[in-house]
Amino acid sequence: MTLASELLQYILSGLTMGGIYALVALGFVIIHNVTGIINFAQGEFVMLGAMFMVTLVGLKVPTPLALIISIILVMIVVGLIEFGAIRSARKASPVTLVIITIGLSTAIRGIALLVWGTNPYRLEPFTKGGPINIGGATIIPQSLWIIGTTVVVLVLTYFLFEYTYFGKALRACMVNKFAARLMGISPQKMSLFAFVFSAALGALAGIVIAPITYVTYDMGLMLGLKGFVAAVLGGLSSTPGAVIGGLALGVIESLGAGLVSSGYKDGIAFIILLLVLFLKPGGVFGTSGSKRV
Amino acid sequence: MVLRFRRMSAILAIALILGLLLTGCGGGNANTEKSATTETKEPYKIGAIFDISGTSSSLGIPERDTVQMIVDEVNKSGGINGHPIDLIMLDNKSNETESALAAKSLIQQGVLAIVGPSASGTTMAIIEAAQKGETPLVSAAASIRIVDPVKDRKWVFKTAQSDSLVAAKIATYLKSKGLTKIAFASMNNAFGDSGRAQFEKAAAQEGITILVKEKFEATDTIMTSQLTNIKKAAPQAVVAWAIPPSASSFTANFRQLGLTMPLIHSHGIGNKKFIELAGDAANGVVFPVGKLLVAEGLPDTDPQKAVLVDYATKFEANKFGTRNTFGGHAYDAIQIVIDAVKKAGPDKAKIRDEIEKTQNFTGISGVFNMSPTDHNGLSLDSMVMVEIVNGKWVLAK
Repeated sequence: MTLASELLQYILSGLTMGGIYALVALGFVIIHNVTGIINFAQGEFVMLGAMFMVTLVGLKVPTPLALIISIILVMIVVGLIEFGAIRSARKASPVTLVIITIGLSTAIRGIALLVWGTNPYRLEPFTKGGPINIGGATIIPQSLWIIGTTVVVLVLTYFLFEYTYFGKALRACMVNKFAARLMGISPQKMSLFAFVFSAALGALAGIVIAPITYVTYDMGLMLGLKGFVAAVLGGLSSTPGAVIGGLALGVIESLGAGLVSSGYKDGIAFIILLLVLFLKPGGVFGTSGSKRV
Repeated sequence: MVLRFRRMSAILAIALILGLLLTGCGGGNANTEKSATTETKEPYKIGAIFDISGTSSSLGIPERDTVQMIVDEVNKSGGINGHPIDLIMLDNKSNETESALAAKSLIQQGVLAIVGPSASGTTMAIIEAAQKGETPLVSAAASIRIVDPVKDRKWVFKTAQSDSLVAAKIATYLKSKGLTKIAFASMNNAFGDSGRAQFEKAAAQEGITILVKEKFEATDTIMTSQLTNIKKAAPQAVVAWAIPPSASSFTANFRQLGLTMPLIHSHGIGNKKFIELAGDAANGVVFPVGKLLVAEGLPDTDPQKAVLVDYATKFEANKFGTRNTFGGHAYDAIQIVIDAVKKAGPDKAKIRDEIEKTQNFTGISGVFNMSPTDHNGLSLDSMVMVEIVNGKWVLAK
């Protein structure tokens, strides 16, 4: 095996993991952009999406229909959570809200443990067929699904935020809530929308990664943390930054595991988080300095 | 008024979340099960700690079910010398700290002995508590370090085959197949590390060279980076030391990368979950394991056959799922404790002595012959090499 094909293998594996991180990171960025809070329950949205999907497929619901129903179910659950837990505490400081999301994440995980138990579940890949060989490296079809989904979702959200009136209204809420309200934008509606949209993204991420990662009630914790690292890498407020941050994190982890030591994979991710926070708090790809005062 | 209503609803929301949190956490702890007291004689308290939730739950759940089943049986038939068993079972959530806390709590409650935990890491975490609390501990985990050095492990025993034994079994198997240049991959935790150290020793004894050593996390799902390193070294066989789900991911990735050399796993994959998660990728995997998985296929002359078939039938009849060796380790642990209590009565020091004197106990993991220098008591013939063929376990040739 040549060095080139070896490196290519690390990069392809890294892009698969990176695509997963990017999808989770996007959810962080959207909620942060609109409400100014960091939603640590994002990883649980991913878990819920995957769990609903596995359950529905287990009930013999056809895959495309199961996918749509799962996403809608997670959106409803998260909509109710936003309405009940976040909105009723909206007068609280962002720090309090962040702590509420941490509590929510633990609560959702606890309920999932009661409902689905501790066993891992398996979901069949979307498309049959063996691994694809690219220049001596191999990639499995489901990885292409993950990377493809990331690209499509990125394009859609970028377009939504940058080029639609609605997206601009969303961003206005972040820049100045008071002024936005004067302009006739309802920050409450926008907050609800941001949560529900992030829920859909998280659920979608959970569904496409389920065939590779297996589904467990506690899968959201690590994914949420890694997604957060990716979002911070990307500057926490830029959607393309989140995707690049996610992909970069995946590739760095994979190269680290292959070339340095596979024992330190998770360590590498968190060392990167610390370095970015110390040296470039605005994120490697983001504009330096926060927009919020 | 409106403001007050809002504040009320905020408080209500927080209370609701707290409630959810409590029930969420309580789910894990709710496994504290007590057997009904039927006799008039004072019950004997026996403690159990298993990894019922978390990453080692595929081990802990069958162990919990087995111990509960045995204790119910004993209590139904009159208990130990007329004393019913009061079983106090705790879940350590596959977490070392929770494990240590559970052990302390059990010792404070005055249990006569503790069975479990399920994994090496969670067992290592409570050895000190057992030693200091002078309470016999019979673990269901594998690492040899649990009972070695034996002079610092006066109160500690274990029923799973030691990883040193498993490593020796794999090394002899590789040698007999002429596979002397191999790659080794293990989980990055106590189970993997101990397995790795033992396998290095066994391999050196059999003249097997380890070309490359890799590690992966229990939560890892994509291990192609590690496998690429292995592929590069072109070994004659790959030995993996892990439990599902990471063992399954490793196997699936192994096939996806198109590796064709024999893949040998440790005893960590001795449950159906491995096959369920790995799917077709599991076929062809060879691993050493106690005889339980292939009980019906054993020759009638095997001393363990009757016990094995009996346990497997009962386990499966109770709808606990498919038989697996982990439940077997728990069976041995609770039986050895019950036998010792039967002989010694409610005296922890005497119970310890009786456990150490266990001779010719025909259990699920093998025939146990404990001694002051061997707190495991199993030999190489307690295991067989098993191959996965069409999702089923068969004796490997």
